Amino acid sequence: MTDGRNLRLSLESTLDSVEAAELIVQRMADINGFSADQVHEIGVGVREMMVNAVKHGNGFSPDKTVLFRASIDEEAFRASVTDQGVGFDPERVRDPLGAEGLLLPSGRGLLMARAFFDEVEISPAEGCGTTVRLIKYRTKGAQGESQEEHQ
Amino acid sequence: MSLSIASRNVVDVTVVDLSGRITLGEGSGNLRSTVKSLLDSGVKKLVLNLADVNYIDSSGLGELVSAYTTAQGQGCTVKLLNVQSKVQDLLQITKLYTVFEAHTDEAAAVASF
Repeated sequence: MTDGRNLRLSLESTLDSVEAAELIVQRMADINGFSADQVHEIGVGVREMMVNAVKHGNGFSPDKTVLFRASIDEEAFRASVTDQGVGFDPERVRDPLGAEGLLLPSGRGLLMARAFFDEVEISPAEGCGTTVRLIKYRTKGAQGESQEEHQ
Repeated sequence: MSLSIASRNVVDVTVVDLSGRITLGEGSGNLRSTVKSLLDSGVKKLVLNLADVNYIDSSGLGELVSAYTTAQGQGCTVKLLNVQSKVQDLLQITKLYTVFEAHTDEAAAVASF
């Protein structure tokens, strides 16, 4: 469901869902006045968190869904991605910039999301799974002006 | 947009021209199978031309890293050519610019081996 500024979707654990979420948020950001670079960065960050959810969280299970929410206001773009996996401890992820992690084929998604979003918060979801919340402000330094809870 | 892949030989260097997005799924899988096939055929000097690649996700970056390490294990050197700005940003963020030798000119890339 979307009105162009608010979106809430229950998505299958598939690559098609990843592509859909990426395209939708890019469109949302574009029509709501974010710059081309910001639109790109929003797409990258959302894509990476959706990949984590469907692949690492839900294991592409047809029995598990991803709850995807996004909203845009005058201050920021916000999104949350909730999987139904067994949980995720970001402290246990090998540093992709370290000597051991640099040449590994995986482990860069969270790094990329953190690079392109102003805030990235990872927390256990209610019941099971993990929720990742992303915030990208329209202008740097805007955070704290009106911190609305994104639910 | 899916990933198109074509390879050609320039002197003793194999140049792989990539076009599209290198992302989880078909794109990264096609790159993996192409590199494997080239390594199996004995290629020792490989240039990945990213001139028409404007998007790589973390899985695609992982595939580039796998290509690099797998090739290295088989005595093959992999270099990048014509990395576009948004992909270059990702190489900076992930520090993979410290891994890959990148060129902006094909002749220079070929001559660099």
